[in-house]
Amino acid sequence: MIEEITTAKEGEMVINIGPQHPSTHGVLHLLITLDGETIKKLEPNLGYIHRSIEKMCESLSYRQFIYSTSRMDYLSAHINNHACAMAVEKAMEIEVPERAEYIRVILDELTRIASHQLWWGAMAMDLGALSPFFYAFREREVITDIMEETCGARLTMNYMVPGGVMTDIHPNFVKHVKDFIVQFKSKIDEYDTLVTDNIIFQNRMKNVGLLSAEDAISYGTSGPTARGSGVSCDIRKTHPYSLYSKLQFEEVIETGCDSFSRYLVRVKEMKQSVKIIEQLIDNIPEGDFVAKTKAVIKLPKGEFYSRAETARGELGVYIVSEGGTTPYRIKFRSPGFSNLSALNHMVKGYKIGDLVAIMGTLDLVIPDIDR
Amino acid sequence: MLSFENISHGLHNWLSAIMSETPVVLIELTLVALAAITLFAALGLILVYMERKVAAVIQIRKGPNRVGPMGIFQTAADTLKLVMKENFMPDSVDKFLYKLAPFVVMITAMLILAPMPFAQGFQIWNINIGVFYVTAISSISVIGVLMAGWASNNKYSLLGAMRSGAQIVSYELSAGFAILSIVALTGSLNLNDIILSQQDGWWIFKGHIPVWIAFVIFMIAVTAETNRAPFDMAEAESELTGGFHTEYGGMRFALFFLAEYINIFIVCGIGATLFFGGWMPFHIGHWEGFNHVMDYIPSSIWFFGKTFFLIFVIMWFRWTFPRLRIDQLLNLEWKYLLPISLFNLLLITVIAIKGWHF
Repeated sequence: MIEEITTAKEGEMVINIGPQHPSTHGVLHLLITLDGETIKKLEPNLGYIHRSIEKMCESLSYRQFIYSTSRMDYLSAHINNHACAMAVEKAMEIEVPERAEYIRVILDELTRIASHQLWWGAMAMDLGALSPFFYAFREREVITDIMEETCGARLTMNYMVPGGVMTDIHPNFVKHVKDFIVQFKSKIDEYDTLVTDNIIFQNRMKNVGLLSAEDAISYGTSGPTARGSGVSCDIRKTHPYSLYSKLQFEEVIETGCDSFSRYLVRVKEMKQSVKIIEQLIDNIPEGDFVAKTKAVIKLPKGEFYSRAETARGELGVYIVSEGGTTPYRIKFRSPGFSNLSALNHMVKGYKIGDLVAIMGTLDLVIPDIDR
Repeated sequence: MLSFENISHGLHNWLSAIMSETPVVLIELTLVALAAITLFAALGLILVYMERKVAAVIQIRKGPNRVGPMGIFQTAADTLKLVMKENFMPDSVDKFLYKLAPFVVMITAMLILAPMPFAQGFQIWNINIGVFYVTAISSISVIGVLMAGWASNNKYSLLGAMRSGAQIVSYELSAGFAILSIVALTGSLNLNDIILSQQDGWWIFKGHIPVWIAFVIFMIAVTAETNRAPFDMAEAESELTGGFHTEYGGMRFALFFLAEYINIFIVCGIGATLFFGGWMPFHIGHWEGFNHVMDYIPSSIWFFGKTFFLIFVIMWFRWTFPRLRIDQLLNLEWKYLLPISLFNLLLITVIAIKGWHF
């Protein structure tokens, strides 16, 4: 495939975007064929950061393998851990205490806000506005501080274990989360004034990277990428897990199919996440934070699957067990990989400047694609 | 009062008294060249520091604050670092053009300083076609950028240079028409005459709304001409990594960098001169008393104050707006700015002929 693309036709030019490039946000390598500034073809070249996490998991116990998943989509570490813990709980039929569920969902939604904020800053930076990045990090910093206080880590949390969470929450947790919500609510409108309503920004984002609903489904995209094309695919709504069936929130769907719709979905999702946290934070029940489980977990023979909605889309965890202490095979269905596959379709015929406006709205995290 | 005019005249008289005419001219030319280079370096240092502080304020951080008080020596330290760096040159570049390009850009920037009236009676070259000279010379810098992009033998550089070429050539038209509108009002191309015509009020206040329109178009066009965000197509670091200077490093890169800031200073200086009266203090019609008080503030402070205010506005643009796409950039010029400025020039010409301005 790569050989084919490097033999460009007369008047065409092949450019390497990456592995070191400011707007791939990681070690993604894209081979693009240009005619002038118009993109004719795009070929992602993966594997620069492949760590064979799936293979590694085969030699780790069911308690240990969860930790390696924090390193996949490192911006949704809590949600990755949650999905893995759920797969094990489902197989073992462990009843998770109510308190643990509350803590898990609050942390999941905080993670989603933090992830979307980093994306929002990076998106504006890709389009040449550097200041929003600092504003986004101002609020994100508060979340990472809360995470640090709760689980001791700011990025790779490793907080969710089969049966609940690793330790109880910090006494200040509720207060700090509430403070964050107050701060965040006063700033989110500022984001709209600065970036969303900006005419240059809208011109850059509207009518580029069109992805119709049919294509979004056939490429297997999920998360905000698919919801920007009008596809209802929020796992929290379609296959509710944990507490989500009891919560009041809306699945954000935009039907514009362009980069701007995908942008709007993420911005609105942040507001929905705040709404979810507000419903939970005041009534975290007392009780155990983790269910009693055996020291060595042995999954029964069989195949187990769980899915969760990360900040980027649907994460699937598929475990094949032979009945031992380690899994026979583990497969992760990562959202970034499927979303990236639609990129070639989305950028064809657009300018090289649009490439960053389209790629940015996919919210790619490269370790999630390569695993 | 101690002004630049008195200093230069005193120096000239003293030199003329002790030697014949030829050596005096030679010494004076050398002094002027040294002064221009010093100004070039000093402006570069000050503007880079200013940009970093302005960016820091906008981005809720502190900016340089370690080297010297308030970090004022940070840019000097950076320059020292750039000077000491290896003068690396990639293998497959066109060596002659690659080395020449930064100098073309820098020399162009220095040449435009010549007719700039920094203060009352303080000007390197009082040329009678000052405005024309500035517009003519400033268009040479695009050759340096194209040269750099082509010689680097890098696809990113080439794309950046081509964008820059299209952009600078287009926006020169609008900038030119905005400048012409003031020329139409003044009836002179000489920058000094333009300033003197604003003795009873700056053009921005005297010329009604059309001059405001001309000023806004001028600011947009010069932001594009100096390759500054939101029109920094030629660099566009998130698309083209470094644009036309991707392959440059060390002092060669620094020359491009310095030239960019000098160009900003020049265009803002021209803008201040045309629309805000240059070194002319703030005067209102025939309010003699008020005007007299204003005259006590030295003319150089008026000039640099106005110029640095406009520079601040351009920096403010950079740290607020996202970047345009190349086709949107050209659409903005050819479909909106150019027709508006053409019509506006017509309107201003009518105002000038009928004498409707104040």
